[in-house]
Amino acid sequence: MAQIKLSNLRHSYRPDPAADDDYALKKIDLTWEDGGAYALLGPSGCGKSTLLNIISGLLVPSEGSILFDDTDVTALPPARRNIAQVFQFPVIYDTMTVYDNLAFPLRNRGRDEAIVKQRVTAIAEMLEVAGMLSTRASNLSPDNKQKISMGRGLVREDVNVVMFDEPLTVIDPHLKWKLRSKLKELHQRVRATMIYVTHDQTEALTFADQVVVMQDGEVVQIGTPVELFERPAHTFVGHFIGSPGMNVLPCEVRDGAAFFGGDNVALEGPADSAGGGRAEVGIRPEFVSVSASGSGIAAHVRKVADIGRHKVVEAVAHDSRIHAILEGEAPNPGEAVMLDFKRSQTRLYKDGWLASRPEGAVR
Amino acid sequence: MRLKSLVPALYILFLMLPIYWLVAMSFKTTNEILAGFSLFPQTWTLANYIEILTDPTWYWGYINSIIYVTLNTVISVLVALPAAYAFSRYTFVGDKHLFFWLLTNRMAPAAVFALPFFQLYSAVGLFDTHIAVALAHCLFNVPLAVWILEGFMSGVPKELDETAYVDGYSFPRFFVTIFLPSITAGVGVAAFFCFMFSWVELLLAKTLTAVEAKPIAAVMTRTASSAGYELGLLAAAGTLTIIPGAIVIYFVRNYIAKGFALGRV
Amino acid sequence: MKKQNQRAWLFVTPVLLLVAFNALIPMMTVVNYSVQETFGDNLFFWQGIDWFEQVLTSDRFHRALGRQFLFTFLILIIEVPLGVAIALAMPRQGFWVPFCLVTMALPMLIPWNVVGAMWNIFTLPDIGLLGYFMNHTLGIPYDMTQNPFAAWVTIIIMDVWHWTSLVVLLAYAGLVSIPNAYYQAAEIDGASGWAVFRFIQLPKMKTVLTIAILLRFMDSFNIYTEPFVLTGGGPGNSTTLLSIDLVKIALGQFDLGPAAAMSLIYFAITLLASWLFYTLMTMNDNKS
Repeated sequence: MAQIKLSNLRHSYRPDPAADDDYALKKIDLTWEDGGAYALLGPSGCGKSTLLNIISGLLVPSEGSILFDDTDVTALPPARRNIAQVFQFPVIYDTMTVYDNLAFPLRNRGRDEAIVKQRVTAIAEMLEVAGMLSTRASNLSPDNKQKISMGRGLVREDVNVVMFDEPLTVIDPHLKWKLRSKLKELHQRVRATMIYVTHDQTEALTFADQVVVMQDGEVVQIGTPVELFERPAHTFVGHFIGSPGMNVLPCEVRDGAAFFGGDNVALEGPADSAGGGRAEVGIRPEFVSVSASGSGIAAHVRKVADIGRHKVVEAVAHDSRIHAILEGEAPNPGEAVMLDFKRSQTRLYKDGWLASRPEGAVR
Repeated sequence: MRLKSLVPALYILFLMLPIYWLVAMSFKTTNEILAGFSLFPQTWTLANYIEILTDPTWYWGYINSIIYVTLNTVISVLVALPAAYAFSRYTFVGDKHLFFWLLTNRMAPAAVFALPFFQLYSAVGLFDTHIAVALAHCLFNVPLAVWILEGFMSGVPKELDETAYVDGYSFPRFFVTIFLPSITAGVGVAAFFCFMFSWVELLLAKTLTAVEAKPIAAVMTRTASSAGYELGLLAAAGTLTIIPGAIVIYFVRNYIAKGFALGRV
Repeated sequence: MKKQNQRAWLFVTPVLLLVAFNALIPMMTVVNYSVQETFGDNLFFWQGIDWFEQVLTSDRFHRALGRQFLFTFLILIIEVPLGVAIALAMPRQGFWVPFCLVTMALPMLIPWNVVGAMWNIFTLPDIGLLGYFMNHTLGIPYDMTQNPFAAWVTIIIMDVWHWTSLVVLLAYAGLVSIPNAYYQAAEIDGASGWAVFRFIQLPKMKTVLTIAILLRFMDSFNIYTEPFVLTGGGPGNSTTLLSIDLVKIALGQFDLGPAAAMSLIYFAITLLASWLFYTLMTMNDNKS
């Protein structure tokens, strides 16, 4: 077990990268605390798999270093890093039994058969595959195969980190949920550091204590699910997390106040004076209230979607689309309404980055 | 790493040595060949090639071979296509047995069939025609083509067929305009194998022909036995038989590995 | 699920007719000959199973069959491991891949009698590259027209030259179909090179190797042209394999009855052995 530190990491798949765009990973500095449950979240091609393969040692980074508890492992091969990785598609050894599959990583390291037996039995118990130990692994269903892949990662008691690369891709939807809670439970029992790579926000938010959001080879934000939801550090995070994503509205900033199409929008607190650039107001649909008359911004309703527990209202004001999530009664399409933003949840972004802070907070 | 790439390199060298020797021999004069060993042709000559390309008994051998090989390839692929489709898409009474029986024909030693073939094709009046050889080679090429095409067709999702029917395609139109284009690689590979096995086979081709449709391979055996030491000529004729194969193989190079696995990887 | 459809028979009819014409009629002819005696002039006498008894008890047949099994056995134990080894050493991507594939496939596209003739020229004691090298450079007496052992070595090497590529290409096709994640997982699991071969590569190559072994078995068991052109079955009868012997009896001596009986026995052995191979190699799949 160890703390994992990535410092000044850069990686390019080209032989001689010049421009920033040549890099799949642009300068990553990141520390993964021992025993944490992390999710690495981002759209396809954002560099999250590259990052994962660098940590596991399948890729050697172009620049920078990886430290496991202050030991530099940048040049070490995967087998000597004491890590485990679960891949998108279940990797199992077809000709072996489930037992032999689980025992494989231990036997390769020359562990005593008695210890092997004890570990395999314990892991099989945890994964609820104890009844299948003597079946041939090739005869298992996809979700059980994926369990075996996970089991091979967890069977070594001293792994520094277990990494999951979109492990639920081939699993049936109704089993996904089960396997995900299994993983969460496993984390609580074995207390190994786990990194879960996914492009699915639900998977990330339900699994992880800390979510690392990546975009275009950069880490955009690290935080708890609640932080990511309430204070996205970047409009990308706002869009990417939440359904529908955060409303991001163009605005002008004059004397520390924001104006959306001429209407003053009250911000959570003072805006950073520094930096110019494109200014936007960000507000989650959950914090937009709709009334027939009253204060706020005049808008008209374009669509209302009933998605079960609540309704999503799509309104248009100053040529911008604004979503609002309402419980109970909703206006009809075509009606004129007033939109009110909850002040404590209204943020200012400059050039995409968060540029306001709560009342009283010290920067 | 370097050591590892030595293995295929040495193997290819081993493959090329006899071919090199054949080609080198074909450019030597008869005098040089009989005079003794020489690693390279001392005096290059095209005489052997000129003789082959100007003597009708020689070059007609090539033309005959190409005619029946082409005929066989076309026939084999055409009849194998619907059959392979049936095997890959439908179950019907006796399908497994039929498929197995087709494959057993691939196991039949050609020597077993030589004499009966001669009598059969003489009886139906096809002896010494190109079509006779083309049909005879169907014995082992059709099962092979069915096998290969079935493998490739099974890789095409059945939803493709269903979608096409929903869209109102008739079966023949669906088969030609939608299905065939999605298995072009398979058709190419099947045609390649039919070409290959028809081109390299000699026993049946020789048994079923006398003069009119005599294949190049048979012309060569005659020369080798009767004229004794015309090694240069023999080498030149042999070299020329390698060329069609080399050309064909170049076209299917990207599908070769998959093709040899009969589409079953 | 595939559709149950008897109209499928319509689709297979052309194949059926064509193969039946080529296989059934000649096969009936063979069966017909195998139970009759003829002295020419289309006069036939019922002979029963005499020919079968004669073939099955003849020394000549036993020896040819023995040679045939030895040949096929040697071919398989040399070509299969060698082919797998070469496939493992081949590059997986890049410019050299098509180059390797094309050059390796080339021997298989050369007409079989040309293969025999080519090896004849290659091994001529004084003017062949191999023959000269053996006799004059290494000083090892080598003449396959005189020495049965040399003849055997030569037909084996010729077949290795001719057909190992089939195994290489099949094994290679199996290898490139293995997703990279398998190798990565094995690396993380600390697997040795041998373990990777034994537990990942070999299982994934199993289907294609089954095909390779079956094809190599059938084709080497039925081989005729190449050894016939190269050695003519000699020196003596030392390289007279089953097909060569059969053609000698049928077309050389025109002993139609015994030849026909031998054909049927020959075919039956090929079928039986292929079936055995196939059953043995796929036995594990059907378990559980």
